[in-house]
Amino acid sequence: MQRFKQLALATAVAALMGVAGGAGAQVSDNVIKIGVLTDMSSLYTDLAGAGSVAAAKLAIEDSGIEKKGYKVEIVSADHQNKPDVGSAIARQWYDQDHVDVIVDVPNSGVALAINQITKEKGKAFLASGPGTSDLTGTACSPNTIHWTYDTWMLANGTGTAITKAGGDSWFFIAADYAFGAALQRDTTAAVEKAGGKVLGGVKAPLNTQDFSSFLLQAQASKAKVIGLANAGGDTTNSIKQAAEFGIVSGGQQLAGLLVFITDVHALGLKNAQGLTFTTTFYWDMNEQTRAFAKRFAPLDKGIYPTMVHAGVYASLLHYFKAVEALKSDDGTKVIAKMKEMPTDDPLFGKGSVRADGRGIHPAYLVKVKTPAESKGPWDYYKMVATIPADQAFRPMTAGGCSLVK
Amino acid sequence: MQALFGQLLIGLINGAFYALLSLGLAVIFGLLNIINFAHGALYMLGAFCAWLLLERLGVGYFWALLVAPLIVGALGVVIERTMLSRLYKLDHLYGLLLTFGLALIIQGVFNNVYGSSGQPYRMPDVFTGGYNLGFMFLPKYRAWVIVASALVCGGTWFVIERTRLGSYLRAATENPAVVQAFGINVPRMITLTYGFGVALAAFAGVMAAPIYQVAPQMGANLIIVVFAVVVIGGMGSIGGAIITGFVLGVVEGLTKVFYPEASNTVIFVVMVLVLIVRPAGLFGRER
Repeated sequence: MQRFKQLALATAVAALMGVAGGAGAQVSDNVIKIGVLTDMSSLYTDLAGAGSVAAAKLAIEDSGIEKKGYKVEIVSADHQNKPDVGSAIARQWYDQDHVDVIVDVPNSGVALAINQITKEKGKAFLASGPGTSDLTGTACSPNTIHWTYDTWMLANGTGTAITKAGGDSWFFIAADYAFGAALQRDTTAAVEKAGGKVLGGVKAPLNTQDFSSFLLQAQASKAKVIGLANAGGDTTNSIKQAAEFGIVSGGQQLAGLLVFITDVHALGLKNAQGLTFTTTFYWDMNEQTRAFAKRFAPLDKGIYPTMVHAGVYASLLHYFKAVEALKSDDGTKVIAKMKEMPTDDPLFGKGSVRADGRGIHPAYLVKVKTPAESKGPWDYYKMVATIPADQAFRPMTAGGCSLVK
Repeated sequence: MQALFGQLLIGLINGAFYALLSLGLAVIFGLLNIINFAHGALYMLGAFCAWLLLERLGVGYFWALLVAPLIVGALGVVIERTMLSRLYKLDHLYGLLLTFGLALIIQGVFNNVYGSSGQPYRMPDVFTGGYNLGFMFLPKYRAWVIVASALVCGGTWFVIERTRLGSYLRAATENPAVVQAFGINVPRMITLTYGFGVALAAFAGVMAAPIYQVAPQMGANLIIVVFAVVVIGGMGSIGGAIITGFVLGVVEGLTKVFYPEASNTVIFVVMVLVLIVRPAGLFGRER
């Protein structure tokens, strides 16, 4: 009844004002409210952070949704990489601040909590930042779409390629939380499937400064490949210190399982050259991605967009299309609509969203250029291989998602 | 067994950083009674200072080791004169809150300007490569960390505990009024002491720059551990801070082998146990 009254009132106001696109009146509280929940103060700030807010703004601009009579607002907050903090913000946003959709959420631990709350409240969650493949597996939800990447995809792309190229024994240094565990599990599966074996692993606390102890253990394992199942500052510190301890010159190979372009930038090409890993977006792929990067960088301290930023942008574009088609911002309905409609955006190209919530697009195996090959800052990747969309992600039936019949 | 030697050595190297940082904290607390929560941020400033010197002015590592602590130490003097000196008559808590706030501001500014991923500091050419010790590969730079920090820690301990200047300092903390009556400028001495403690933090920061990513959060991750080190050693005890720093580095290193998940909590477990048995810390005196 309340909603009907609001609707009626809003429609009346719109009619009185002679607004042509009365469609905006159909959404709850007359406004589509986007909550960008991200890391604003710690190790994932550069790869998501303020850049994710900028990406959301660009998505609003490019979707033209406001010209069609919808009002859109953005709020943002720092989850501090703590699931309890993130949950409290999400509840406040959904219950009191009328937020309709939460986007980004780097950090799998926080994302799993938001996934649950979003389902309870019947809202929408467009996950771009987190990695855990459980979001479309055992923890899948009718209210969540996992857009950019996941641990299975990283493991499959990088793990398989490196194992097949001869790196058939592995040791892991994994971040000790949901993401690191999922990444190690998925990579182990990929390595074993490709005929390699895993000799062991060590769990390092999140935000570790000194990896030398873990690196020594990896060195002692005599594994051919040391898999870094971590992200952000943890990855850069471990790569930097691996060079110091002569890991690579000693004949072992480093596999950065999740590396963002901001990590490569922070490491410098001298430290990062030769690293091979999987990504779903690189700014220098085509005219459209380059144009996006040129617009994005000035909005985020000159940082070029990471795949997480690209994911925030693209998932929101698709979200707006679904809202327009439905003329509603009801979370459950919009997510269902997003799964129905094929995706098409300038950054990820044509694709789809599966029943389990997995956004499907190609992935790319890339190698970091040497300082001599690079033309300047942010010219960092060489394309090694493209993993077609239908092979890049875990087969839907293998995830254990209850939405898949 | 061989692997264990390696881990002990690594622990000692990390302990060297704890010792350098906790030493500065202990000096400041011992003489000023200020719980300097900005210590981690000042350590980070030291590292950034070295990076800026190299990238913008072409000033190399060894000069940075001298210049960065001077610059950051001077900033410490300014902080002491303009802010901390107003708080000496109040409860410890005010100093703690003020310095904590300062730390958040400094980190926030650097996060905004330089981003969270940080900047790479080039390893000086003299230190590239390492020694094969048989049981492990010891990078030259890590060997240098132990030597340099042992020298600085030992020197500081000697000055404070064994020289005339040190005895003035210690006397000034016991009874400033009497020392002042002997014609010694106590406020100036306190200012310089704070500047020195801060310079020690910056020195540790420069030492850290080539091995850790020079990032705004680098100090925040360390400061809590270093505080635990000071508390375990005994608030204000110079020798205690140094020894505890090295020992806890080793304890933490061993935990990283036997139960890595606990490596970021083990120091606090030790702290709880020590406080139960000896509330003033291992080397502290009950006042």
